[in-house]
Amino acid sequence: MALVELREIRKTYHLGGETIHALDGVTLDVQAGDFTSIIGPSGSGKSTLMHILGCLDSPTSGSMSLDGVNIHDATPRELAKIRGEKIGFVFQFFNLLPKLNVAQNVELPLIYQGISSRSRKEKSMHALKLVGLEDRAKHRPSQLSGGQQQRVAIARALVNDPRIIFADEPTGNLDSHTGEMILETFCKLHQEGRTIMLVTHDPEIAALTPQKIEIRDGKIALDVDAKLAGKESRFKLRGSPEPNP
Amino acid sequence: MNLLNAIFIGLKDIWAHKFRTLLTMFGIVLGVSSLVAMAAVITGMEKGMKESMIAMGGLDKIRIDDEDVPAWQDHLKTQAPGRLIRDVEALQASAPLITTISPEMRLDWRATRVTRQGKSASTSEIVGVWPAVLEMNLYEVAHGRFFCDLDEEFANSVCVIGTGVRDQLFGSPEEEGQEVVPLGQIIQIGGQPFTIVGMFKHYESEQERKLKELAKKQAQEDSGGVKRQRGWSGAKKWGDAFWRKNNVVYMPLNTAWIKFRAASNDDLTPDPRLTDIDIKIADLDLLEPALQQARNVMLVTHNGINDFEFDTQENQINDIRTRIRNMRISQGVIAGLSLLVGGIGIMNIMLASINERIREIGTCKAVGASSEAIFTQIIVESIAVAMLGAVVGLGFSFLLVELIEIASPAQNSPIITAYPMLIAVGFSGLVGVVAGLFPALKAAGLHPIQALRYE
Ligand SMILES: Nc1ncnc2c1ncn2[C@@H]1O[C@H](COP(=O)(O)OP(=O)(O)O)[C@@H](O)[C@H]1O
Ligand SMILES: [Mg+2]
Repeated sequence: MALVELREIRKTYHLGGETIHALDGVTLDVQAGDFTSIIGPSGSGKSTLMHILGCLDSPTSGSMSLDGVNIHDATPRELAKIRGEKIGFVFQFFNLLPKLNVAQNVELPLIYQGISSRSRKEKSMHALKLVGLEDRAKHRPSQLSGGQQQRVAIARALVNDPRIIFADEPTGNLDSHTGEMILETFCKLHQEGRTIMLVTHDPEIAALTPQKIEIRDGKIALDVDAKLAGKESRFKLRGSPEPNP
Repeated sequence: MNLLNAIFIGLKDIWAHKFRTLLTMFGIVLGVSSLVAMAAVITGMEKGMKESMIAMGGLDKIRIDDEDVPAWQDHLKTQAPGRLIRDVEALQASAPLITTISPEMRLDWRATRVTRQGKSASTSEIVGVWPAVLEMNLYEVAHGRFFCDLDEEFANSVCVIGTGVRDQLFGSPEEEGQEVVPLGQIIQIGGQPFTIVGMFKHYESEQERKLKELAKKQAQEDSGGVKRQRGWSGAKKWGDAFWRKNNVVYMPLNTAWIKFRAASNDDLTPDPRLTDIDIKIADLDLLEPALQQARNVMLVTHNGINDFEFDTQENQINDIRTRIRNMRISQGVIAGLSLLVGGIGIMNIMLASINERIREIGTCKAVGASSEAIFTQIIVESIAVAMLGAVVGLGFSFLLVELIEIASPAQNSPIITAYPMLIAVGFSGLVGVVAGLFPALKAAGLHPIQALRYE
C-alpha cells in the first residue's frame, strides 16, 4: 500500500455563477521515500492539490488515504492531529510567527501536540541542526534572511518527524542562489529517507527530483518524464540524485 | 495542547502590544479599583456609623421630637405647647411601659461660652439633664460623682464634663504627661461660675485607640532624644461622634432652666421648652403599645395637638441602611459600567488582533492546531488581559484608598475587605471570558486555507 493514495480527486469552486474545476479527477500514489515534484503552470491546481494532500482542505469528491488512514471521513479535529503528527508543510512565504523566536517557531507543532517543553527543546534543536541554524535559535524571524527563514520553516516541518513533507514553491520567494541551498537541503533530507513532495513551476527544479508529476488544468499530464528527458538542469547540487533517464 | 502553552502564547502577544494592552485594560482597572475602593469606603462608613450609633445610646432609645402639627390642626399651630417638663412628669406617672425617661434642656452653645482663666473650650453641647441621662446616652462617670436630687432641687451650679473639655481647659494627659482630673475646679459657663463635680470616661473608636497606642510606642522608642511634640492629635477630629461624646458639659436640668432659660433667651422671655425627651422601654417587643401609651399621655398634656413624634433608633438605623444600600447600588452601577466598557475594549482589541493574525492562525492550524486549541489560545489571552487589569486595579484600589484617607482624614477610614476583591476579580474573569468568546469562536472557525490565503 502506498503512503499516499489519491483516487479521482475533484475540487470545484463556484465563483459567482462560474464553476472552476481546480482539480478534475486526480489519481496518484506516493510511495514512502519518494521525492516528487509537481510541476505545472500557474493556476493549474498545484496548490489546491498540495492543500488536499496536506489535509488542509477537503476535496469536493474522491477519496484519499494517508499512511493507511482514510482522510475523507476524518473529523476536523482528527485532521488537525494528522497534520500535527504525520505531515510537515513548507510555504512559499515561510509563514513564521513574528512574535516567537526561531526555536519557539520550530517548536510550534509540538506545542499543539502537548509535548513537554524539555523534549520540545531537544527536538527543535535537533531540527535546527539539520538545517544548519542551531546558532540562531534565539533570533527573531525578522532578523534572518529569506533563505534562513525558509530553513527555519523546513526545521519546523521536520520537528515532528513527519511521514511526508509538502513544500509549495519553497524557492518561489527566494533568489536562485538561496533557492539552490534550499533545494540542497531537500535533497539531503531525501537521501536520509524522507518522503517529500515539492511544487514548482520551474522545469529545471523538477528535473532534479526522481519522481515528477505535471498538472494541467486540474488534470495529471502523462508525458511529463518524456518531456523532461534529456533536459540539463542548471542546478548542480552536491549529492543531487541522478535524474531518471 | 495544554493550558500552560496557551497562556504562554497568549501572554507573548500581550507583551508584544504592551501599550495597547494597557489602554485596553484601563476599563477593567477602573472598574475593579472603584469597586474595591468604594466598598472599602462604605465598609468604613458602616463601621463608623455603627460605632457612633452605639456611642450615642442603645437600640432601645426612643426620642420624642417636635413635629409640625398635621394639616387638619393647622389652625391650632400657635397653641402648640412643645415638649415641657410637664410631659415628662405625666409620662412618668401614666406610662408604665416606659422604664427610663431623660429630659434635656440644651443651651445655645454659640451664645454660652465655656471658659477658664482666659482659655475657652469648644463644646458639642451644654445641656441640663437628669441623672437618667447616664443610662440613656451610655455615659460613665470615671471621676467624681454625677448630680444628686439636691443639685436638681436647688439648681446648684455644678457640672460634669467630658474629657475633651478637660483637654481644652486644663490640658490633656498626653500634654501633661499624667492624668488630669479637675474635680472641684471652677469654670465659667456663660459667665456664671460652675464647680466641676465629675468627669466622664474617655470615649474613642477602635481605630483611634490603635493609633494612640502606636503613637505611644513610637514615643517610647525615641525617648531619650530631643523631646518633641509627639502627642497624638487624632482626638480633635471635630464633628466625629466620639468627639461629640467627649466634649459635653452637663448640668442639672433645673440649673439650666433657672440660671439660663428662665430669663436669658434672645428677647429675655422664659423658654421652658425641652430640647429632647429620650425614653427607654422595658422590652423592644412592647414597642408599639409603649409608644401608643406615650402618645395618649402626651396628647392629653398637649390638649390634643399632635406636635410631637417618636423617633426610634430603629428608624435611624433603617435610614442608614437605606443610605448604605443606595450607595452600594450606585457603586455597583459605576463599577459594572466600567467593567462593561472594559469588556467591550477587550473584545474590540481581540477582534482587531485576530484580524491582524489571520495568516498566523492559518499557519498554526497547518502545523496541527485544532480549532479547540485556537479557541483556548484566544480566550486565554482575553482572560489574561482582563485578569491583568484586575490585578492592576487591585493595586490601584489600595492607592485610591490611601488617597481618600489623605484627602479626608476626619472621616471614617476606608476598610478594604476580601469579599469585594474576590467579586471584582471574579467579575473581571467573567468579562474576559465573555469578551473573548466571540473573537475566539471567530478565530477557531476559520478555515485553514482561507486563513492562509488571507491578505
Ligand atoms: N478559494 C478559491 N476560490 C475560487 N477559486 C479558487 C480558489 N482557490 C483556487 N482557486 C482557483 O483554482 C485554480 C487552481 O488554483 P491553485 O491551486 O492555487 O493554482 P496553482 O497553485 O497551480 O497556481 C485557479 O484557477 C484558482 O483561481
Ligand atoms: Mg500556487
